[in-house]
Amino acid sequence: MNETLEKVIEILTELHEDVDFRTRERLWDDHILDSFDVVTLTSELNNEFDIVITADRLTPENFNSAQALAAMVEELEDI
Amino acid sequence: MLFTDSAFIIGLVLLCIVYFVIPKRFRWMLLLAASLAFYAYTGIGNLLYIGTTALSTYIITLLSDGFARERTQVLSLHKKDWSRDEKKAYKARMNKRRFRLLVLCLVLNFGILAVIKYGAFTVRNVNSLIGLFGGSGMKVPEFLLPMGISFYIFQTMGYAIDVYREKYPAEKNFARLLLFVSFFPQLVQGPISRYDDLSKGLFAGNGFQPRRVLFGTQRILWGYAKKMVLADRILPAVKLLISDPEQYQGVFVFLGILYYTLELYADFTGGIDITIGIGQVLGIPITENFNRPFFSKNISEYWRRWHITLGTWFKEYLFYPVSVCKPLLDLSKWSREKFGKNVGKYVPVFVSSIIVWFVTGLWHGAAWNFIVWGLMNAVIILISEILAPQYAKFHKRFAWSNTHAYDGFQALRTTLLMGFLRMFDCYRDVPLTFRMFGTMFTKWNLHVLWDGSLMQLSLSRADYVILIVGALTLFYASLRGRKGSVRKQVLEISPVLSCAMTVALLMIIVVFGAYGLGYDASQFIYNQF
Repeated sequence: MNETLEKVIEILTELHEDVDFRTRERLWDDHILDSFDVVTLTSELNNEFDIVITADRLTPENFNSAQALAAMVEELEDI
Repeated sequence: MLFTDSAFIIGLVLLCIVYFVIPKRFRWMLLLAASLAFYAYTGIGNLLYIGTTALSTYIITLLSDGFARERTQVLSLHKKDWSRDEKKAYKARMNKRRFRLLVLCLVLNFGILAVIKYGAFTVRNVNSLIGLFGGSGMKVPEFLLPMGISFYIFQTMGYAIDVYREKYPAEKNFARLLLFVSFFPQLVQGPISRYDDLSKGLFAGNGFQPRRVLFGTQRILWGYAKKMVLADRILPAVKLLISDPEQYQGVFVFLGILYYTLELYADFTGGIDITIGIGQVLGIPITENFNRPFFSKNISEYWRRWHITLGTWFKEYLFYPVSVCKPLLDLSKWSREKFGKNVGKYVPVFVSSIIVWFVTGLWHGAAWNFIVWGLMNAVIILISEILAPQYAKFHKRFAWSNTHAYDGFQALRTTLLMGFLRMFDCYRDVPLTFRMFGTMFTKWNLHVLWDGSLMQLSLSRADYVILIVGALTLFYASLRGRKGSVRKQVLEISPVLSCAMTVALLMIIVVFGAYGLGYDASQFIYNQF
């Protein structure tokens, strides 16, 4: 598993230690991540990876799983 | 014009007949004509406001879309000969142009709303300040609020932001955009739809489907029953209870909260049922605005289930952009360094929550009671957020806190808490609201529950029976609704039962509807926003 995904899972687990983020999907759709979590997570990811996640990226497609989040982070790191 | 006007009901039936008779490609044009006629009926001058919003948004989004297309073309032309930095600089330049256009659109339209809805409020408050220094103040401007202005401006600005974010291309046909802005069932009290959701059904020219028409009609009748049998029946009692704060204190305040909770729920959800039902008859899916809100375990959840489309609008277009904007992220970074990680990560959420709830309060009305109401919501939500780890420990420690009974307690607690907050809406006066809340604990007049006082509140024994049976029916329907559409469940049992239910609903409205000689159906509560 790549380093970005590992780090994303670590940050997610800090928010909700009782959720298995390796397998869990529909994090946004099922309200596992509420709007506060989404913002906190955005702030954490910005800090950790030195990226800027803009508001238009705060969507279910990007936040529904750890894998989707890692993919977004990697895309932003490339810009 | 209200949904309960006979002219509206006759017009609606005629519209549905003509809609299914004319060729499909003309159907959206009929809807546009009907929407404009409906809006003109509320005041011919109002067309100017809605027309300005539609036209300005149309021109600006088209220009923005043009820049986006140009950007894509130029970037693909210079794919090889431009360096990464050149591409980045060009992209930033084009995006800046598009951003300026968006700002122009937002300033113009929210500016119209600000002047019309908040002009008098602002001038009155400025005058109070000037008065403190002995000045004479300015003349307070008076505007008639065009119907549904908060709803259609928010919906249209959502569209403008989505086009800016390139979620979908701008609509090229002005008449089609005008229909999206002015679609008549939504003008009274929402919901606030998104273009990509509503437009699919709006322009499809859907065929006549008996099952859909039946379900739509049942939903419309269910909405009318809520509005006319329950909301309008209890309204005089609510008005009476808040009209004389000196007489109606203690238990009366608590009764007022319960009565207003029922009135608001029946009124608002009833109106939305009519809107969604009309859409269903015409084959136009409209976004749901409620999801059994009184089953919520806390206020955050409640706001995900009550007036969903407004909450979603604020979340997507205000809360997120403010939370992740540069100044707040910088503040968060600074707080992390100064006060540690835990404080730092909550800074954006806390600041933007307060901003969003301040604006949500303002959205409901240009008055301090609404602003305080919004901020009180923010305070409760933020306290819950701070205490979340303690709640988690509590639920782990005590098994009984994970039972259905405890869920019920949480739902009741949320319902009461929201009821208390709604007192700001009832009394429309902040100090009075706090004083009346206090009388619930200082004025012990439980005897009014059995000494006949309840019969002096413009409600007869028969009214109470209808209200209690109605409230229990709403509760039962909500419970059944957890397994999916109740109308579908009834139809699956028997088509005869489904038809009987339709006739029964109609009879209930005719027999038990709160009207009679000289009765004038009251305005929908959310129509004033």
